[in-house]
Amino acid sequence: MTERNYLTEDTRIISWLFTTDHKRIAILFFAAITLFFFVGGAAATMIRLELVSPQGRFVTSDVYNRLFTIHGVVMVWFFLIPSIPSTLGNFIVPLMIGARDLAFPRLNLTSFYLFMLGGCVTLYAVFAGGVDTGWTFYTPFSTMYSNGHVVLAVVGVFITGFSSILTGLNFIVTIHRLRAPGLTWYRLPLFLWSLYATSVILVLATPVLAMTLLLVALDRVFGVGIFDPDRGGDPLLFQHLFWFYSHPAVYIMILPGMGVVSELVAVFSRKAVFGYKFVAWSAIAIAVVGFFVWGHHMFVSGQSVFAGLVFSFMSFIVAVPSAIKVFNWTATLHKGWVRFDAPMLYALAFIGLFTLGGLTGLFLACLAYDVYVTDTYFVIAHFHYIMVGGMVTAYFGGLHYWWPKITGRMYPEYWARAAAILIFFGFNLTFFPQFILGVLGMPRRYHVYPPEFQVWHVLSSAGASILAIAYLLPLFYLLWSMFYGARAPANPWGATGLEWLTPSPPPKHNFEATPAVTRPPYEYTLSGEARPQNA
Amino acid sequence: MSTWWPSETSHARAVDLLFMGLLATTALVLALLFFLLLRFAIHYRAGNASADRSHRIRKSWHWEVTWTTATLVAFLGLFVWGAQQYVELFGAGKSGLTVYVVAKQWMWKAQHLGGQREINELHVPLSHTVRLIMSSQDVIHSFFMPAFRIKRDVVPGRATDLSFRPLRAGVFHLFCAEYCGTDHARMTGRIVVMQENDFNRWLSSQDVTGTLAAQGERVNRQLGCGGCHGNGPVRAPKLEGLYGKPVPLSDGTIGIADEAYLRDSIVKPRAKIVAGYEPLMPSYEGKISEDELIAVVAYIKSLAEKAKRP
Amino acid sequence: MPETPAFQFVNLRQQHEVAQLGMWVFLATEVLFFGGLILGYSVYRFMYPEGFAEAARHTQIAIGTTNTAILLTSSFLVAWAVSLARLGAHRLAALLFAAAAALGCVFLLMKGIEYRIEYGEHLVPGYFFIFRGPNATSAWLFFSFYFVATGVHALHVAIGIMVLAVIALKTRRGAYSERYHAPATVAGLYWHFVDLVWVFLFALIYLPGRAS
Repeated sequence: MTERNYLTEDTRIISWLFTTDHKRIAILFFAAITLFFFVGGAAATMIRLELVSPQGRFVTSDVYNRLFTIHGVVMVWFFLIPSIPSTLGNFIVPLMIGARDLAFPRLNLTSFYLFMLGGCVTLYAVFAGGVDTGWTFYTPFSTMYSNGHVVLAVVGVFITGFSSILTGLNFIVTIHRLRAPGLTWYRLPLFLWSLYATSVILVLATPVLAMTLLLVALDRVFGVGIFDPDRGGDPLLFQHLFWFYSHPAVYIMILPGMGVVSELVAVFSRKAVFGYKFVAWSAIAIAVVGFFVWGHHMFVSGQSVFAGLVFSFMSFIVAVPSAIKVFNWTATLHKGWVRFDAPMLYALAFIGLFTLGGLTGLFLACLAYDVYVTDTYFVIAHFHYIMVGGMVTAYFGGLHYWWPKITGRMYPEYWARAAAILIFFGFNLTFFPQFILGVLGMPRRYHVYPPEFQVWHVLSSAGASILAIAYLLPLFYLLWSMFYGARAPANPWGATGLEWLTPSPPPKHNFEATPAVTRPPYEYTLSGEARPQNA
Repeated sequence: MSTWWPSETSHARAVDLLFMGLLATTALVLALLFFLLLRFAIHYRAGNASADRSHRIRKSWHWEVTWTTATLVAFLGLFVWGAQQYVELFGAGKSGLTVYVVAKQWMWKAQHLGGQREINELHVPLSHTVRLIMSSQDVIHSFFMPAFRIKRDVVPGRATDLSFRPLRAGVFHLFCAEYCGTDHARMTGRIVVMQENDFNRWLSSQDVTGTLAAQGERVNRQLGCGGCHGNGPVRAPKLEGLYGKPVPLSDGTIGIADEAYLRDSIVKPRAKIVAGYEPLMPSYEGKISEDELIAVVAYIKSLAEKAKRP
Repeated sequence: MPETPAFQFVNLRQQHEVAQLGMWVFLATEVLFFGGLILGYSVYRFMYPEGFAEAARHTQIAIGTTNTAILLTSSFLVAWAVSLARLGAHRLAALLFAAAAALGCVFLLMKGIEYRIEYGEHLVPGYFFIFRGPNATSAWLFFSFYFVATGVHALHVAIGIMVLAVIALKTRRGAYSERYHAPATVAGLYWHFVDLVWVFLFALIYLPGRAS
């Protein structure tokens, strides 16, 4: 059966390299971020191997410092930030709103090539000898003392920042202006509310990072000294500028995951998301309030006590909309028809792990406790619970959910469930001991440590080895399914969104006729029958 | 090291109580959440047709308001609890047994007022408030004492305060907690808390090249500070009795002549001009090392004590 | 001149709205980009008010003022050109776009002369900097910001000149009309923004220390 769809439309390599089809660009991003995930994962593997023993003889100090730096830089900027938006977002957004493509298809392709250029520059920095500043590039170490390839690394990230900005810009304009007739804001699936909120942050926060990294590069190349205390500069100014971007950045990373979970929880409970408007506006609230909490990374930095009080207070406030989402997702299952397909396993895992990670965020928002555990493994455990337990889990959930639409094939369900369970187990074994390490006082970025911490490190590394295998499984069975998986119908899950109206995989221009929307999203009958959004 | 999880100051114990509070809240919420998720997922699973799915909750408002309010109240309670302890820790007064600490890649140098020097070790007496005044010679470091549940970043270009009052003798970890380069993981040391007599014996048994203040006097002479701040023709604020006093500044505000002010006046004299004086003082940035700076500040402090004694 | 909108749009009006919204969002990112720099400048100016004031007195206010007048005039020409293009007055509109681009070039030329003067006065931090007096440290910081801010701004002006040149050519060929003028409008928005940033920079760079 060789029907025409966006994959079979034109199979020459050149048509892929110059495509402006959002679906093909999504595939290009999928491949790219998977590559970077394995680069970052390789660094993580070496880190966990080193940490098995307290004397750390697997790698030298300098190599270790480069490993954790590259792990952070690659995972944050080349995997997590682009992950859902540039892959699932790019693919699904036009389909979900009934459009034929994004508002600016050529800008979309530009975004991909900027991403690749930035990635190549950063990878070159790695192979040329690496960077050893940590992904946070604190001054004056990064500007004046490091002998790593700081300028190359910040230039790579600077370039990739523009990729983020263009993606965000594209989504904002698309969601505002290209919605199908009848698709009012309150009929938008929650995935789009989350992506919209994400895009606002992408567009407003990333430029500040760009400027900050530019100043770091200039400091290093010309000895400008903007952050150098010997020249009257202030190292803390760097921290303020850096975290002004990097805190909202973590919401760039988690909001799309929350959007995916909303979709999954609705479909696999055959029920509308409870408190739709609250969940929708909580995404916006997170994006807005998230701009006012950056100083919680600086409670012990020497910023004023007053600033500490304000930032701590705001950090507690920003946790409230996340809590609202978790309660609403849980309430969605009440009196639903709950199915345990792999995407739902990932969604349930997300709710549990994200909540745990989020609650430990309260420990960090709490001033006096943060003084103890900041810069320890507690923080590492906290953000890995959210980024990996939350975001990567949601990414896998969304990937499996939309896999039939993207590839036209079903993935093997039992392998997928097994992998999901193995990931859950491996993940917790890896990162829960790190909370204990933090509470016991083990600092971060240490490759040698007092022997009393060893038992927890061994447990964590054991978990990491399980996690590594568990993450390889989807790579294999998903690839397998692309050639041998069962053919997927247009709507294998019986869901309600507009994307399920198109064939699996969709044709190049998505819709022959623009659908007209008459219903809110997630309408199911009491017996769980889907009522699609168009008439 | 002492016990498996030492908690050796009253602040540390208060932080541990806070930890229990946070842990209890977390456990409660997680337990509730996991219970509900499991219950709903199992009872309302698609295979269970007999579950009662009628009378679904339609109006969500009162649920939303309830759980949002409960969340807010709990969070605000935790905020206040933590904020209180934080203000006590960092808003603390400037009294206590002073020890100067200089951080540099990759070691900690401590200097007691009597001139006793230590590297990667800090001897302190039991039941006394110890006040650390810390600065860095190069990059940002962080002085972390897990047993006391405190840390503070040591930033180049400024003096940072950290106070604690140990309650039990013993030896405890000192870690650098801000990544600072190659041997960041080896920039560790010991905090040695001793009985008061043992501590005094330890102090007197150290080799000293003069008290910190005496060293500062030497630096003061070498750099010629008396040329303006002494009885010369140039009009400059007097240093005797200056430490700890309020200082009226040219922009109309009142500053306090504490360690940070004295330090800034030497390396960044333009930052704060005393009211009624010309901005004539040259900057000693780059001409005075961290150790010398500490010594001069200690010397100026000692002049205040001398001025008090008739 | 396209009679039909691009395939993802329903009609030309939607395409036009999308283009405008896109440019506004882009300008928002630029506000944050320059904003970060201006924040850094503001922090140091607050810390070293006299030093910054003295350093600012060493800037070339004559050139700065002239450049401000040049950019403001060019913005006026662009606004006029856009409305003329919509009305169908292609030749005049094209001329005005070209004139605005030319003024942009004059701006860059003057900027280059100004940089040359500052080099001659040894005011380039990290390259050739000599500043006598107690405010040397803050002057160094001031001029660091000066070169970064005006350099990045000049880059934006250069891009704007190229965009205006292209728009001028297309206008000359009659590409725009009341029905379709999005690229011209959007280019105009960009140029006005670049002008506005300059006004802020002018106030922060040339005016401190000279007010009284």
